[in-house]
Amino acid sequence: MANPFAIQTSIGNGENDLSIVALEGFVDAHTAPQFEDAIQKAVDAGSIRIVVNCEKLNYISSAGLGVFMSFIEEVRDRGGDIKICGLTPKVRHTFEILGFQDIFEMLDDQPTALQRFNA
Amino acid sequence: MSSIERKFTLQVPSSTENLALIREFVTTVGRQAQFEETEILNLELAVDEACANVIEHAYGHDITKEVVVRAKFDEETLQISVIDEGLGFDPDKTPQDSIEQLIHDRKSGGLGIRLIKKLMDEVSYEIVPGQKNELHMTKKIRKE
Repeated sequence: MANPFAIQTSIGNGENDLSIVALEGFVDAHTAPQFEDAIQKAVDAGSIRIVVNCEKLNYISSAGLGVFMSFIEEVRDRGGDIKICGLTPKVRHTFEILGFQDIFEMLDDQPTALQRFNA
Repeated sequence: MSSIERKFTLQVPSSTENLALIREFVTTVGRQAQFEETEILNLELAVDEACANVIEHAYGHDITKEVVVRAKFDEETLQISVIDEGLGFDPDKTPQDSIEQLIHDRKSGGLGIRLIKKLMDEVSYEIVPGQKNELHMTKKIRKE
């Protein structure tokens, strides 16, 4: 039972402005605020190249999807991006119901996402 | 074989902490109704969204209130209802801006009801604000 959820963040700053946020478990209205805080911290630190690693993400509801939506414009306005990687087919399905594939770049894995930023 | 209707009810305090319990309830009912796993995920998500709306908006995170989830199914259809006694709102009257517009306006709300409508076959409401609001969601059971 319960809402197993964990988040690992590696926040870049200054010249190394790449941040990685790794989600694990279930992101719903209960746990999404922690995800929001992580992205907020990255943005506050000046990081505009953010990779959200979803390899261990089991579930996401609109509360979690809303976090991506509320930051993407600001990050892109500053010349950066939020890239999503490692989605399992089950979780990817949820992103695709709302058409996220047209708005966000979704990569197979973290190395590919990092490469896209360095390209 | 005659079509027997089976009914289930879950009543929990209005807290987002209970969304996991609500999803487990929906999964259990969905399996009994013989939905495939992909469809069970859709049911879980739709009911999670409906209950999160109640907890956050209708009840404003007041944990003394209760959210009721009722499910019933027969051979053909599963109906899940989410019932609250909070501030009702008619989702049909909320603006359905495009995702692009929501992003432009830096808003993230309104996604839940959009998901529910995409995931379920039928969605209807009975709203008496402050007394009783019911959101009914129906999904047809597709047999192999």
